[in-house]
Amino acid sequence: MRGIIGYGTYVPYYRLDRSKITAAMGSGGGRGHRAVAGYDEDTTTMGVEAARNALRGSSPIPSSIWFATANPAYLDKTNATAIQAALDLPQETWAVDAGGSARSAEAAILGASGTAGVSMAVISDLRTGNPTSNDESSGGDAAAALIFGDDDDAPVLAHALGRAASTGEFLDRYRLPGESSSRIWEERFGEQAYLALAQDAIERATKSANVGIEDVDKVIIAGMHARAVRGLSKIAGDKLVDDLTGLIGNPGAAQLPLLVASALDQAEPGETILCVHLADGAYASVVRTTDAIADYTPFATVASQIEGGSDNLEYNLYLTWRGFLDREPPRRPDPDRPGAPPAFRSEDWKYAFVGSRDRTSGAIHLPPMRVSMDGGAVDDMERIRMADVPATIATFTVDYLAFSLSPPTVAVVIDFDGGGRFQAEMTDVDPNEVNIGDRVEMTFRRLFTAQGIHNYFWKARPLAN
Amino acid sequence: MASHGIKDQVAVVGMGCTPFGEHWDKGADDLLVDAAHEAYASAGVTQDDIDAFWLGTMGSGVSGLTLSKPLQIDYKPVSRLENMCATGSEAFRNACYAVASGAYDVVMAIGVEKLKDSGYSGLTGSRPPSDGTDSSLTAPATFSLLAPAYAHKHGLDEETMKEVLTRIAWKNHKNGALNPRAQFRKEVAKETIAASPRVAGPLGIFDCSGVSDGSAAAVIVRAEDAHRYTDKPLYVKALSFSSGPATGALDSSYDYTTFREVRTSAEEAYKQAGINDPRSQIAMAEVHDCFTPTELVLMEDLGFAEEGTAWKEALNGTFDLDGDLPVNPDGGLKSFGHPIGASGLRMLFECWLQLRGEAPPERQIDSEKTLGLTHNLGGQPGACVSFVSVVGSELG
Repeated sequence: MRGIIGYGTYVPYYRLDRSKITAAMGSGGGRGHRAVAGYDEDTTTMGVEAARNALRGSSPIPSSIWFATANPAYLDKTNATAIQAALDLPQETWAVDAGGSARSAEAAILGASGTAGVSMAVISDLRTGNPTSNDESSGGDAAAALIFGDDDDAPVLAHALGRAASTGEFLDRYRLPGESSSRIWEERFGEQAYLALAQDAIERATKSANVGIEDVDKVIIAGMHARAVRGLSKIAGDKLVDDLTGLIGNPGAAQLPLLVASALDQAEPGETILCVHLADGAYASVVRTTDAIADYTPFATVASQIEGGSDNLEYNLYLTWRGFLDREPPRRPDPDRPGAPPAFRSEDWKYAFVGSRDRTSGAIHLPPMRVSMDGGAVDDMERIRMADVPATIATFTVDYLAFSLSPPTVAVVIDFDGGGRFQAEMTDVDPNEVNIGDRVEMTFRRLFTAQGIHNYFWKARPLAN
Repeated sequence: MASHGIKDQVAVVGMGCTPFGEHWDKGADDLLVDAAHEAYASAGVTQDDIDAFWLGTMGSGVSGLTLSKPLQIDYKPVSRLENMCATGSEAFRNACYAVASGAYDVVMAIGVEKLKDSGYSGLTGSRPPSDGTDSSLTAPATFSLLAPAYAHKHGLDEETMKEVLTRIAWKNHKNGALNPRAQFRKEVAKETIAASPRVAGPLGIFDCSGVSDGSAAAVIVRAEDAHRYTDKPLYVKALSFSSGPATGALDSSYDYTTFREVRTSAEEAYKQAGINDPRSQIAMAEVHDCFTPTELVLMEDLGFAEEGTAWKEALNGTFDLDGDLPVNPDGGLKSFGHPIGASGLRMLFECWLQLRGEAPPERQIDSEKTLGLTHNLGGQPGACVSFVSVVGSELG
């Protein structure tokens, strides 16, 4: 039997209270919150965090990564390669992108579930919209990773009993490359198209699964066409899984896998879940959980991440982060772009946060060194990955002058549990709430973008829980 | 294998130092011409008498041509050196060794930096292409790491620590107010210093040295030739340099309350000069007060105060102009700003004035002692280079 053998999700730390949009602009906004990727996050970094959480909750190492997003950090260049590198996966890993649309999530899921061996679908989205637009307030940022495999790899937690798709070519939502906001046709037009396509896909999926709609325990309906989703949800009644849009908004391509993960967080063995995705057609899958779900503990549940966020984000900061509000830059030179050859040479360090440990003295070097600081041994080091090791703040400062998209910069000197010290930038933290002795963990971020190059590296953030 | 030093082998016989400040009307070329010719006149020599030159600059030019072109030097050796913020001292050190080796009779060490042409605040510089993982912290932020660490280790509350740092800035501005070459020539009230806008951690704008342009130069000869040029030469007693393994940010045993590089360079300099109690033997010191916590920590690393006591000594005036051991009597980096290549030689220039009794009366130190110390630092806590020199007005 093949199915989901592990999963992980990532909901960024910040929430925008939609009423702040209304207060600032006199229109737009609404009730509830949307999740907001930090100024130092993009779909690739969020994908890395979701995938890390998936791997920290599961043991098998994937041999392929299928990454999908509607908002890729790079075009031409594959984004999944940065995820593969950040996860410290071997070069045999087949890492590929699907992208451009919310529907590309299905490509990643089908690719990973249909490819032999342990395969991981990583789906991430960062939704923007013009100030006061419905997309701005109803969108959300998040990522999810689903690991597929066979029982030989790890106990299957849930597997598809049947699935079907329908495809429709019609203008619902569209965007030219480079535009910061989608265009949307009149909602009522899309609704009728989606409802017919969904009905067809659900019928065929339940038939191939050999279950009736009445046998379904839970129904997930994902899709960015809110009116169509609302219309379709009538078939679910009280079996409908909360789509979390009131708490974090709709994370586009990532919504389907995020809601699947959220359902699995709470699922009992033997549950039958109908998953429907409305995106340029409809995709329906009937999934059943196994007994193994009872013994599976996700590294971080969707609910715990929603709970752990901060809703203090101000609207003007949100606009700045998303590029809708330019501020006067500091009177400092722009940061230098990273060089391709140096970044290539230090891939283990820059992407995987791998240092070196002196085989004799045990001294850990971050960044890795060839000559030991303790004893001077030359080229007698082993690699040691520190990305998942918690650390404690030894000292810190707040830099009001350093280049940052969101000053001030918080810098911390941290000592890792079991040895190793590093001076890191700190993120997802209030500069006034940093103290010597605080506990932190590492997170993969985009430090800045210079001359078309995203500078990815690791930062410290407060340790969850 | 050992370090021997060159005590009393070479002497400074002439110096020049431009005013430091925002020289909108002068480029690096002009500053070099001004400092060099003031030094020639001071030593009573002409450019033709100089056999070789050592130029220190971090970013105001590359190669010896940076000096030989504006000065129209006729086909003589010019070495251009860079060693971060200790660049000026490094030019001096290498020039001294060239004379001590017997290779040249008369040499010049000269430093310059033209910082105010960049249009940016603070220091700027180009780095080689990197993987993008280097820290992007500014200099004040890296040095601000010293303050909470020192306070934590020695039991100072936040208020007391701020008072200590404020007093260091106040003292240096008070000294600088008496110096016509300083960038800032006004006393600044402690309340103003303490309330200045935050730059990094607990540091306000008045805890930071300024940004300025300047140049300084020295003419160096063999000690036995010194009296041909001046009745009051300044003999070089010690020159030391320490470049650390830069492990502060890697090594958990480093606690950000000291500069290991300063301790090792001070120890070496005192050994060369035969000093066993710097606090009582030295008349004055010019130290690298790039930021106020730096000067605080330096007082302990240079052996001027016992560990954990420099804050008390700073508060009770030990390092004031009329204190036990005047530190930065010229106003320091705080009053002069820090044109990188020039600062080390600017420090030496104050020793030149003070130990020869030629400082203006209002800031002339009244001391029987004959030794002065300069200390120059580059980098950041945990990863720096440190220079210490001892000079004296008498042989032996």
